Formats: sequence, structure tokens, C-alpha cells
Amino acid sequence: MDEIADKQRLDSDFTDLYRAHLRDVYSYSYYRVGNHHDAEDLTEQTFLQAYRHFDRAQRESNGRPLRPWLIRIAHNLAANYYRDRSRKPQTQLEDAAIVSAPHDTEDLVEGRQELQDVLEGVSKLPDDRREALIMRFALGMDNREIARALDRSEGATKVLIHRAIKQLEQGLKEDSPDD
Amino acid sequence: MTDMADVEALLRSALVPVEPSEALSDRLERGLSEITDLAAEELADWELSTMRDPRNWGRPVAAVVVGGAAAGALVLVRARQQQKKKGGGLRALEKSLRDVADDLQKRLDR
Repeated sequence: MDEIADKQRLDSDFTDLYRAHLRDVYSYSYYRVGNHHDAEDLTEQTFLQAYRHFDRAQRESNGRPLRPWLIRIAHNLAANYYRDRSRKPQTQLEDAAIVSAPHDTEDLVEGRQELQDVLEGVSKLPDDRREALIMRFALGMDNREIARALDRSEGATKVLIHRAIKQLEQGLKEDSPDD
Repeated sequence: MTDMADVEALLRSALVPVEPSEALSDRLERGLSEITDLAAEELADWELSTMRDPRNWGRPVAAVVVGGAAAGALVLVRARQQQKKKGGGLRALEKSLRDVADDLQKRLDR
């Protein structure tokens, strides 16, 4: 009966993981591939793959949160997605960010342009910097989680994010008509 | 736009979480239910092949119970999401429970 109890617990835990992180995986996928259709495929593949390896991942996690492991699966699948199909990330991200962002009427046009500039700037960053920013800001992951997802040290991750923001800041300054 | 704090504030506004569609949730839960069922069937097949050994006679029953429990868990996820989508209320709860009962009945009929 121990096997039954273990399997029930495992499925229950996976259900919890799915419910807690569907939006995280989908958000990450969307910002990686740039369109809803491929983001859905990527999300689906991520959870199916996660289900297959969940038992082992849970045993090896030593009680740590599994979100970084889940995002790492999506990260690897996204890399395969580009390699297999020779695709490049798309930049049509405005619908997700701009529709959700709060604006008052006065600032609407300027605010939209500013957010669009930020998204374009993010899309031009090197892959690792772009992914770290997506994890930090779209998913709200801390340095430790991002480090695990990217298989880096926490120190290296902190530096990576700092450089990503600095590079983005520099790019926005260069593109600004006021400067 | 000149300093890192401003850029971080902009990033928070630009990189908002994106909600998956209901269609994706439905498709994903269906897929997970199917592979759970397949896993249970494979387990049952394997168990039947070991029936010659009396030490394993209790295992096919375990496979059926495991498959039913796993599928039930995923069905409940769907029911909760449907209830949430409909904004709650007694009618939504009743429908969710009916859906769960129907789904479980279909699985038992297979």
C-alpha cells in the first residue's frame, strides 16, 4: 500500500505545482517566443515533460521549490524551439504588457511608447540577460531561483541582472530623442 | 529616463505576467489526464504479467486505485478552475460537482 500512497501524493503534488505555476510557465514562454500560439505549445510541452520527470525532481530537490526546475525545462525547450526551427524571437509583445499596464488618459500615448521602447530594448539584449530579466520581472523570481533556473551561482546571477539593466538603460538613453 | 531605478520601474510595468487562455488550460489538463491514464494502464499490464508470482497478486488492484486517484486529482483541478471561471455561486458548484461525477463515471465505464 506504500506504493499507492506514494503515487497519490506524487500526483497531488504535481497538481499543486501545475496550479501554482501555469501562469509562470506561460509568461516565460510568451516572453521567450513572442507569440501566444507558440507559447501555448511550449507551455504544454513543459508540463508534459515535467510530469515525466517529476518523481525524480522531487526526490532530488530536498524540499526546495520546484519553480526553477520547471522554468529550466521551459528554457531548454525554448532553446530547442529556436535551434530546430531556425527561428528568432519575435518582438510583438505589446499586447501583453500594454493592455495590462495602468495608465491615466493624459499619459497614455507617452506611456505606451515608453513601455514599447523597454520591450524592444529587452528583445535586443543577449539571451542570458534577457531571460534573467524575464524571470525577475515577469515571474518575480529572486536571485536564488534565477540562479538555479540558469544553472549559475547566485553571485553570477546578481551580476548578470545588474549588467542587463545597465545595458538596457544605456540603450534607452541612446534611443531617447532628448539626449 | 536616466537611472537604474527608473528602468526597473519600467521593466515592472512592461514585463507583466501573462494569463494563459482557458483553451490552453483545458487542453493541458486533458493531456495530463490522458498520460496519467496511460501510466496506470501500463502499470496494470505490467502487473498482470507478473501474476504468476503470488507475491505480486495484490498489485493490479493497486494500479487501478492509483490510476483512479491520479485522474480524479486532475479532474478536480478542472472542476475548480471552471468554478472560478464562472465566478462561484451554488449553480457553478453544482455544475462542477456534476462534471466531476460524469467524468469519473466515464472513467469507471471504460
